[in-house]
Amino acid sequence: MKVTFPHLGNTYICVKSILDDIGIDYVIPPFNNKRALELGTRYSPEMVCLPLKINIGNYIQAYEMGADTILMAGGCGPCRFGYYSQLHMEILKDAGFNMEVITLEGTDIMDLLSRIRSVVPGASELMKLPSVLLRAVEIAKRSDEIEMLAFRTRARESERGATDRIYNGFREKALRTAGTKNILKLLDETEAMLKSVHLDPDADPLKVGIVGEIYTGIEHFASFDIQHRLGRLGVEVDRKVTVSNWIIEHMLKKPLHLPRDMAFAEAAKPWLGAMIGGHAQETVGNAAIYAKSGYDGVIQIFPFSCMPEIVAESLLPSVERDLDIPVLTLIIDEMTGEAGYMTRIEAFIDMLEGRRENLERRKAHGMRKGKKAHDNIHA
Amino acid sequence: MGSIEKEALYLGIDVGSVSTNLVTVDSDGQITAKHYRRTGGRPIQSLIDGLKIIAEQCGDAPIKGVGVTGSGRELAAVIAGADVIKNEITAHAVAAQAVVPGVRTILEIGGQDSKIILLKDGVVYDFAMNTVCAAGTGSFLDRQAARLGIPIEEFGDMALRSVTPVRIAGRCAVFAESDMIHKQQSGHSIEDIVNGLCEALVRNYLNNLAKGKEIHGPVVFQGGVAANKGIAAAFEKALGMKLTIPREYDVMGAFGAALIARRKIMNDKNSVTKFNGFDAANRIYETRSFECSGCPGLCEVVELRTDGRVQARWGDRCGKWSSFAARPELSPV
Repeated sequence: MKVTFPHLGNTYICVKSILDDIGIDYVIPPFNNKRALELGTRYSPEMVCLPLKINIGNYIQAYEMGADTILMAGGCGPCRFGYYSQLHMEILKDAGFNMEVITLEGTDIMDLLSRIRSVVPGASELMKLPSVLLRAVEIAKRSDEIEMLAFRTRARESERGATDRIYNGFREKALRTAGTKNILKLLDETEAMLKSVHLDPDADPLKVGIVGEIYTGIEHFASFDIQHRLGRLGVEVDRKVTVSNWIIEHMLKKPLHLPRDMAFAEAAKPWLGAMIGGHAQETVGNAAIYAKSGYDGVIQIFPFSCMPEIVAESLLPSVERDLDIPVLTLIIDEMTGEAGYMTRIEAFIDMLEGRRENLERRKAHGMRKGKKAHDNIHA
Repeated sequence: MGSIEKEALYLGIDVGSVSTNLVTVDSDGQITAKHYRRTGGRPIQSLIDGLKIIAEQCGDAPIKGVGVTGSGRELAAVIAGADVIKNEITAHAVAAQAVVPGVRTILEIGGQDSKIILLKDGVVYDFAMNTVCAAGTGSFLDRQAARLGIPIEEFGDMALRSVTPVRIAGRCAVFAESDMIHKQQSGHSIEDIVNGLCEALVRNYLNNLAKGKEIHGPVVFQGGVAANKGIAAAFEKALGMKLTIPREYDVMGAFGAALIARRKIMNDKNSVTKFNGFDAANRIYETRSFECSGCPGLCEVVELRTDGRVQARWGDRCGKWSSFAARPELSPV
C-alpha cells in the first residue's frame, strides 16, 4: 500500500510527519501546478468547483509515482466539499485509475476508527497515534503562524526576496524532513530565520484582509499567488481562515462540543445571521472585523460556482457601504486570465493608497483647523 | 543670447490589445503630441513605429520621464525604458481627472475590455472591469462593422439615423451576433439593427459592470469606442445624463501614463529618466517564451532580446528569471 493525499497549502507538512511517525509508505504529489490542473480538468465534470479538479490532478500525478491509496478529509459537508471524496472515487474509477479512497470524517467515530486501522500497520503504531496527532495539530498551528509571519515580513523586508527565500526553502526542506519531532525543529529554525529578516523601520504597508473560500484562500497556486504578490508589492495581508483553524474549530472542538471561537459569526450578524454553508459567514464576518481593525481593504477570493461565496459576495457591498471599506472580489477557475486579475489588483492597491492619502490629508487639515480655533480662543 | 532651450516633455505609452497610443505632455501637463495606431497583433512593431512618429513630432525636445500602461505595459517598459508602470484603471482615472476636474464616473470602453471607475473627493473609490465577456468592446464592434460591410467610423452615425428601435440580445457576443443576423433576415433596416446593437451593448455594460453602482455626474466617456456616436447616445438615453467625451478620448490611457510619469519625476528632483531614447526604435527585438522547469509551477517565461542580447525576462512567479534584470523602481505599484 502506498498512500497519497491532496495538496492544500502547507497541509502536506502536517500529514507527512504523521505518516512518517506511524511508518506508512506514502508519496506526496508535486506541488500544485499547471499539469495537475490540466489533468484534473480533463477528468472532472466541467461545472464542478476548481478545488476538486486540482485534487484529481494531484491524485493522478501521485498515481504516476506509485500511489494506490488516497487519504481524503470528508464530512457531512456544509457545501459540495462534503461529497468530494465520493466524487473522487467515481471519477478515478471511470478514468481507469485503480486507487482506493479512504475518507476520514468524524460523522461516525467507530467507522472512522476502523478506517484508520485499515491504514495503520500494527497495534504498536496505533498506540503511538494519539501523541503523534497531538504534535501534528501543533505542526498545523505553527505552519500557519509561519505563513502569517511571512505575510508580515514580506511587506516590510529591506532586501527584496529575503522572505521568499526563507519561506520557499522551508517548504522544500519540509519535504525532506521526516517525522513530527524533526518538523517541529524545522519550524523553530524557520521562525527564527523569519524573525531575523531585516525590516524597513519606516515601512507603513497597506493592510489587506483576505476572505473567501478556504481552498482558494490557502492554496496559492489556485489564486495566482495573489497573497505573495501583494506582499512583494509592499502590502501586508492577513487571512483568518487557515488549515489549523479548521482542524481545531471544526474537527476537534465541534465534535467534542467545546466552545468555539465565534467572533466572525458575531461580526457577521448585521448582514448574515446564520450559517448558510461553506465559509460565507466567515467571509462576511471577517470582512467586518478587518474593517473595524483598521485594515485598508478586503479581497474576497473564491472558485467559480461556489454557492456560499456567491451569497457572501452579494452581501459584501453592504459591508463595504456600512463600514466604509473597499472590497475586491476575485472569482477563479481554470479559464481565468491572470493578466486581467493583476490589473485589477494593482488598481485596487492604487485606490487604497489614494484613499489613505486622502484620509491623512483630511486629518491633517482637520488638525490645522482645530489648532486655528484654539489659537483664536487664546488671542 | 543662447538659443531658447526646448521645453522638456513627458512621454506616455499605452500598448493595448487593439491600439497602441503615445502622448507627450509638457511640464504643465498639456498634450503636445499624440499618436494613435492599431496594434495589429504586433505590439513591438507597432510600438517601434509609434515611437518613430512621435519622435518626429517632438523634434529635439528632451524626454524627462516615461510612463507605460495597457496590457502590453511590461513589454513597453523594457523597450522604451519606463520610469513608471501603471495599470490601465489608474491611468484612465488620472487622465479623466485632468480633463474634467471633479469627475465622478468614468466609462471606458477599449479594444478588449471595458471599465467603470467611480470617484469621490478626487479619489477612486470603486471600479469594475469586464470579466467573462468582451461583448460591447471595440473588437466586437469592429467585427460586426466588418460583417455588415460598414466602415467602423460610420457605425455611430448610422445608428443615429435609426427610426424604429430593434431589440438585440446583448448578453453575449455570440448570441448578439446570431440575433443581429436573425433581425437582418427578417427585414429590419441596417440602421435600426446597428442602433439596436448599440443599445444592447450599453444595457449589457450597465447590467454587468455598473451593477449595483450609483452613477453620479459628471460622467466622462473615453476609450476607442467613445468615437461611436451611437453608443454615446445610447448611454445618454439609458443614464438620462449628459456625457463628456474628452477631445483626446482615444489616447486617455497614454495621457494618464504621461501625467503619472510627470508627477513622479517632478516630485523627485534628483531622478533621472530610464528612457532608452528614441533610438530604441532602431534596434532589433526578438521574443521567445519557454516553460521553466525549476519547480512544479511550470511558469511560462518570456524573454526579450535586443540586438541579440537578453534584455529582460518576465512571467515567472518566483522572480528567478525576472530578477536578473530586477529594477525595483519598475515595480508595478
